Amino acid sequence: MAIGETIRNSQIWKSIFRHPMPLDRRNRIVVVLTNFFLHLHPVSIKKQGIALSFTWCMGGVTFFLFLVETVTGVLLMFYYRPTLEWAYNDILALRDVTSLGILRELHRWGAHAMVITTWLHMYRVFLTGSYKPPREFNWVIGVILLLLTLLLSFTGYLLPWDQLAIWAITVGSNMARATPFLGYEGPGQQLLTIGGIDMITDASDARFGLLGARFVGEETLNRFYVLHCIAIPLAVALLLAIHFWRVRKDGGISGPL
Amino acid sequence: MHSNGFFLTDVAGFLGGYYAAIAAMNGVAAYILWRKKGQPGWAIVWTAVSVVMMVLASLALSGSAAWVPSLPASARGLVNSLSGPVLYTLGTVGLLTALFVFRRFFVQPMVAWTILNVMLVLMGLSMADENFASIVMKPDNVPIVGLVFLLAFFTWLATKQAVVNDDRIARGLPPMEKENDEKVLVWPDLVYTELICMVAVAAFLLIWAICLPAPLEEPASSVKTPNPSKAPWYFLGLQEMLVYFDPWYAGVVLPSLVIFGLMAMPYLDFNKKGNGYYSIAERKFSYLTFQFGFFVLWITLIILGTFLRGPNWNFFGPFEFWTPYKVEVLNNVDLPQMFWVGLLDKPLPRPPAGAGGLVQAGYILLREAPGLLLVGAYLVLLPPLLAVTIFRGFFAKMGFIRYMIMANLMLLMLTLPIKMILRWTFNLKYIISIPEISLNF
Repeated sequence: MAIGETIRNSQIWKSIFRHPMPLDRRNRIVVVLTNFFLHLHPVSIKKQGIALSFTWCMGGVTFFLFLVETVTGVLLMFYYRPTLEWAYNDILALRDVTSLGILRELHRWGAHAMVITTWLHMYRVFLTGSYKPPREFNWVIGVILLLLTLLLSFTGYLLPWDQLAIWAITVGSNMARATPFLGYEGPGQQLLTIGGIDMITDASDARFGLLGARFVGEETLNRFYVLHCIAIPLAVALLLAIHFWRVRKDGGISGPL
Repeated sequence: MHSNGFFLTDVAGFLGGYYAAIAAMNGVAAYILWRKKGQPGWAIVWTAVSVVMMVLASLALSGSAAWVPSLPASARGLVNSLSGPVLYTLGTVGLLTALFVFRRFFVQPMVAWTILNVMLVLMGLSMADENFASIVMKPDNVPIVGLVFLLAFFTWLATKQAVVNDDRIARGLPPMEKENDEKVLVWPDLVYTELICMVAVAAFLLIWAICLPAPLEEPASSVKTPNPSKAPWYFLGLQEMLVYFDPWYAGVVLPSLVIFGLMAMPYLDFNKKGNGYYSIAERKFSYLTFQFGFFVLWITLIILGTFLRGPNWNFFGPFEFWTPYKVEVLNNVDLPQMFWVGLLDKPLPRPPAGAGGLVQAGYILLREAPGLLLVGAYLVLLPPLLAVTIFRGFFAKMGFIRYMIMANLMLLMLTLPIKMILRWTFNLKYIISIPEISLNF
């Protein structure tokens, strides 16, 4: 106890934590107001708003899974090279050679779980009517986040570069080939010609834009890797910040208005 | 595939633990009912169930074909022969409708607990079938099994609260969420809940990651196409739609409309009631529309695409071996063919040889006139017609633009079930088929 006291009275501790231990009512308020990580919360909250049977905690779990994916994803990037030569072998090595061999499992199952918890979160928000005014716009942001979650999972699916990966992405991205006007097998693309020359071919259509090639190959691997590790996570992080901020500004955690 | 001893020995350990877990679950339930809820009658029932599960667990652990609890081969054969896309879809719609109509009955904890036990035991008995187990235990399919149970649980939880609230509102009371207006401090009440959730999820994920290795197949080969080739599981609903529509509609237009429709929802739902609490009675229309879209047109299609679609995207019963040699007769006919050839007994209108572009376009329009008129009437005439009949109240409250967006989204969503029914009843392939510009609908 005395050691704990000494540590908490030390200059180092006090420089890090701007508040005393949250042991009494005053300090429990102060801790939320003055801590960077906690200040996302209000100081007090309606008791029913945090009942697990009401919220299911699915939004929070989704965010936690996003953090798990970020941490395990960064660790995986240490071991993985997105090239035809190395991608598959690096995944093999991750399984067979690297210590703590469940890194990829944590990342993959976390990703599946994140898709499911996002759906459940949306389901709960619908069932409690929490998309109604004044929360309409936050629901819209949520829908975009749902779409980005699916795209994160989809782009990550290709990276192991095994049969499962390449063919799932081939089947999934074949749809883009049929985009109206912009896919080379889509309705109406025949109409986009200039001087008898087709504007939309298999080397200029929506699918080519997605894959960076006519078929799923090295360009696709590189493209999906960059999207998966940088572009989409950044977009998600930004939208998450707005999503959380709007929860506070639009009347706090859901409940009857 | 024909079961052999090796399979049962492999799955026996899992099934033993599985039945033991159900036994433990029922034991805990019995204890809570006896000590906390004062319902000794139910406690005895679940204790008995728990004992039966322990017996099943020890039988399963034997790993012998004679002892491992399984469904009789005749029952499995019957399920296989009865199941097909039509029965599956109508069956799930019927089941969901029954759950909705009789929700007051199904939300009772003891009823729900019985259903959970039945689901779990059926799952366990099915797992003793090699064909069933080989599909369900594919690593990437395991999350979908979890999704089914999670959705069942959370739908029960939500419906239970909605039923209570609807009763209260009918009696002139506020929803129960409003009763508890007391405020608590975020530290410790919320922060600790968050911490406990994080620890629980982390522990769950760790156990999952240790028990189930991530799948890794052969190295990618662009010349060796697997059969079936499937998209990632969350897109299998879209892949299933490809049975009924061309990719431009099933894979591009419909998903875009789903996203757009979800975003538009808060601006289309003018009902001010049911904001921030569970209720069904106060918002029946939006509830049923959403549940139809989410369960019937999304979740059940994913389950169908994952577990029941095998090689060549043929339908396979849950206990059927996925043979690539299964042949299904496809004798689907386009509407122009049905109209000109079948009904009028004339050849399809064809432009004369060497005709100019405009003449060709005219002949195409004539050929496709039945389909174009049908689709045109559906999308152009139905919305105003609905506005002066069943949606009269909606139209008055929503105004022209909002009403038209809602009505069109609704009608486009219904194109999928309508096309399914037309396919099953008339073998209709396309309503409009203009291969000249790759437009088939």
